[in-house]
Amino acid sequence: MEVNFWNKEVETADRADLEKIQLEKLRETVSWAIRSPFYKRKLSRLGINCAEQIKSLDDLQRIPLATKDDLRQNFPRGLMAVEPQEIVRMHSSSGTTGIPTVIYLTQDDINNWTELVSRCIVATGAGREDIFQNMMGYGLFTGGLGLHYGAERVGMMVIPIGGGNTKKQIQMMKDFQTTVVHATPSYLLHIHSVLAESGVSVKDLAIKKAYVGAEPHSENIRLKIEELYGIDAYNSYGLSEMNGPGVAFECVYKASMHIWEDAYIVEIIDPQTGERLEDGQQGELVLTNLIRRAMPLMRYRTRDLAFLIPDKCQCGRTHRRLSRIMGRTDDMLIINGVNVFPSQIEEVVMKIPEVGTNYLIQVEKSGALDKLTVKVEIYSKMFLGEASQLEKLRAKIKEELRASIMINPVVELHEPGFLPVSQGKAKRVVDERPKL
Amino acid sequence: MAKQLNIFVENRPGRLKAISENLFKSGIDIRAFTIQDRGDYGLLKLIVNNPEKAYLALADLGCACALREILAISVPDKPGNFHKLTTALGDNNINVIDAYGFVLQPHNQGVCCLEIENLEQSNAAEVIEKAGFTLLEDEQLYNL
Repeated sequence: MEVNFWNKEVETADRADLEKIQLEKLRETVSWAIRSPFYKRKLSRLGINCAEQIKSLDDLQRIPLATKDDLRQNFPRGLMAVEPQEIVRMHSSSGTTGIPTVIYLTQDDINNWTELVSRCIVATGAGREDIFQNMMGYGLFTGGLGLHYGAERVGMMVIPIGGGNTKKQIQMMKDFQTTVVHATPSYLLHIHSVLAESGVSVKDLAIKKAYVGAEPHSENIRLKIEELYGIDAYNSYGLSEMNGPGVAFECVYKASMHIWEDAYIVEIIDPQTGERLEDGQQGELVLTNLIRRAMPLMRYRTRDLAFLIPDKCQCGRTHRRLSRIMGRTDDMLIINGVNVFPSQIEEVVMKIPEVGTNYLIQVEKSGALDKLTVKVEIYSKMFLGEASQLEKLRAKIKEELRASIMINPVVELHEPGFLPVSQGKAKRVVDERPKL
Repeated sequence: MAKQLNIFVENRPGRLKAISENLFKSGIDIRAFTIQDRGDYGLLKLIVNNPEKAYLALADLGCACALREILAISVPDKPGNFHKLTTALGDNNINVIDAYGFVLQPHNQGVCCLEIENLEQSNAAEVIEKAGFTLLEDEQLYNL
């Protein structure tokens, strides 16, 4: 199989060289980090006030683990480590309780990120002759823009269509003879189900590769996508706290995702004890970002469960591989690629006076896509006896949820007493999607 | 003015039974009813002999229900009368949210129950009486 590299020297560096790069960048990162209020406070308490105190990679263990909660509590600028005028971009994801998590990037940070995405793209065998249709959301979400910049740097022609609008996606795939797409796996399945009614068959398309990520999926789903379109589908992993897509990606061998260890220090820990686990053992993925000066983030608990594969890959890359994401350590739901915490939904529905004390969140498959239904009880004392009042209430709940979680849910109104009561351990989330 | 009991009911088997059972146990006599279908739920609308008692019986159970003022109109059961009524309402720009009717004595008397948009602000009662119809007072309606 033909193997291409974007940065062969780094991608095939031996372990000793990789660790040398990591130590150098870790020291640099610590020196940046102590300029942010958050790390200045955290690290000075531990007696770390300059990069020279990091003598080996083992010293990483002296740095405390960071969580999404730390990002929230230090909203909006507590982790910013440069002067605000050096920032050229921010991204944001909705927070678990209404406070968003924000990341900042300098121009150099964006360049570094773009380099990694370029590596990912070239590792799949794609190149400047390809037509790239980016079906991930642009905007605050990092999925769209991350791949966009990398694809341009590689020299592909980018179709920046973003998510949704399936008929137009199909039309463009056909008109421009798109060869590579980037989407959630469920969206690719959905597009395929709409091809026939659009009068387009797979034969009319030129698609060769798909980059799939942003939601957990099984190997069977990948195989199904490959079979339906007659293409290769490559798994992608990223999260905005680590810049976005480009953290780990599959190469032409499609044998789990190479995680770029010159840019991230990867650890797998026991989510209960915080103890570091061996390669091959499943645990929580913890990442240190070595390439972001605007907002250094070290030993960040991703809440994603995975394991590392240390064996050398046939492609010659030395960076270890990350398994697919096996689950989460928290209650986060991933709905059509968008991260949603049940607490966000609770916050919205519980502040509406016409809603009673109980609600239920249901997630199920509707065709290839996820469907979110939020069931609420009417608060009897606020009921005026009019259907129009109920329809206004339904529309209001829908609109406020859409604004908060960026998803259009189905809202069901129920009689008081229908849903499980709030005392004790009421089950508030029913996820009926097939298990991976 | 006449009161109608509007009850929020989910559209699934057994819900109407739960409500009728409680009305029956509370000794409520139903004069007329209709259901406004809204897909996944409906509004059950009742004219009963004692609306307050019926309301309390259901509210105690936690039901989402409300007493609504409506216009109950005595309409002689003759061809053209419903048209006469709707013409009067339409010409005076009065909007009907929901309506139902029933015949009380064939070829003699019918009753038309109307939920009017912004009833308190409208002159609907006046318009209807001017058109030659009689509004039923609440006790008249409950004791039909």
